[in-house]
Amino acid sequence: MSTTAVLDGPKRKVWGGGNEPLNASYGKLMMWFFLLSDAFTFSALLVAYGMIRFTYPGYAGPAEDFVGSNEYWPVPELVFDAFPFLHGVHIPLGFVGLMTFILILSSVTMVLAVEAGHRNDKDAVVKWMLWTVVGGFAFLGCQAWEWNHFIHGTDTGSTFRFLIDGDWVSQTVKGANLSVNEYGPAAFAQLFFFITGFHGFHVFSGVAFNFLIFYQAAVGKLEQRGHYEMVEKVGLYWHFVDLVWVFVFTFFYLI
Amino acid sequence: MDSFDNQHKTLEVIPANKEKIQKIWKIALILLVVTLVEFVFAFTMERGLLLYSIFIGLTLVKAAYIVMEFMHLKEESKALFWSIVIPLLFVVWLVIALLNEGGAISIYR
Repeated sequence: MSTTAVLDGPKRKVWGGGNEPLNASYGKLMMWFFLLSDAFTFSALLVAYGMIRFTYPGYAGPAEDFVGSNEYWPVPELVFDAFPFLHGVHIPLGFVGLMTFILILSSVTMVLAVEAGHRNDKDAVVKWMLWTVVGGFAFLGCQAWEWNHFIHGTDTGSTFRFLIDGDWVSQTVKGANLSVNEYGPAAFAQLFFFITGFHGFHVFSGVAFNFLIFYQAAVGKLEQRGHYEMVEKVGLYWHFVDLVWVFVFTFFYLI
Repeated sequence: MDSFDNQHKTLEVIPANKEKIQKIWKIALILLVVTLVEFVFAFTMERGLLLYSIFIGLTLVKAAYIVMEFMHLKEESKALFWSIVIPLLFVVWLVIALLNEGGAISIYR
């Protein structure tokens, strides 16, 4: 006693209507194409980072003598070496490693939510979506700390030479903003703010979507709809955010 | 009538497939191990083209696991698969062209 029309009968032609292009639902297909365009946006940003970096000489001296200068590009592992509650301790890339760990784990909880959705298991969907939201917030919190530290800088700062009205003037620079930063050329901080900020904005909107779907699953709205495809769609977006971080991590922090 | 029925619709829960869930955790472990390997290389190797190539290679491995396994792209139809993967090849040219350009600018700076 089905209440929906049964579309059996003779096989329809390709252009007869009712077909799903590429065997994917409309929402999933559009999500994939959106993600493709977003991938181009992030590629453009990261390639711009690479290009601007190549216009400056890299820091060539021994690591322990590294000081920031606006004449060469800094070594990221010597810039990002701070860890919360461990002031003054040199832990290169420790904090960003933790952030990577958090984001990968929240990606895993997302796959588990999608898997539970396939099985119509409401309780498991709700549980794993909640963990994914928690992971997203944890990542955003880490990023807030990272930005805060980057903006306020180290205790000593760096001494830069600037050409002002034809004279070389030495100035101590502390922290970072869009016009000057103690780590390297102005473009270094500009790119840091723009790329990690754009990624962070994606994480933020991802957390918002995830929370919405968590809520809809929890109140039984998706159960009423008869399927959990929305979990799959926000899942695609969330994994993409993780994917972008993998590239940001490599090109911004490692290389 | 239809909406009334929907109010009371409950979906049948299919029991979890242990193997499938174990596979998800296994891939998570691979991603974490690859990241740890990147860290080891970052602190033991000299900076240079070889190290950068290793980093990019490992990044692509991680990206492939995320896209194929977590996003299930390999289970989509072949046409969808290629319509996502092929356009990304344009990025390769963008990288070659712009990195070259950056190097050229540094000479004139």
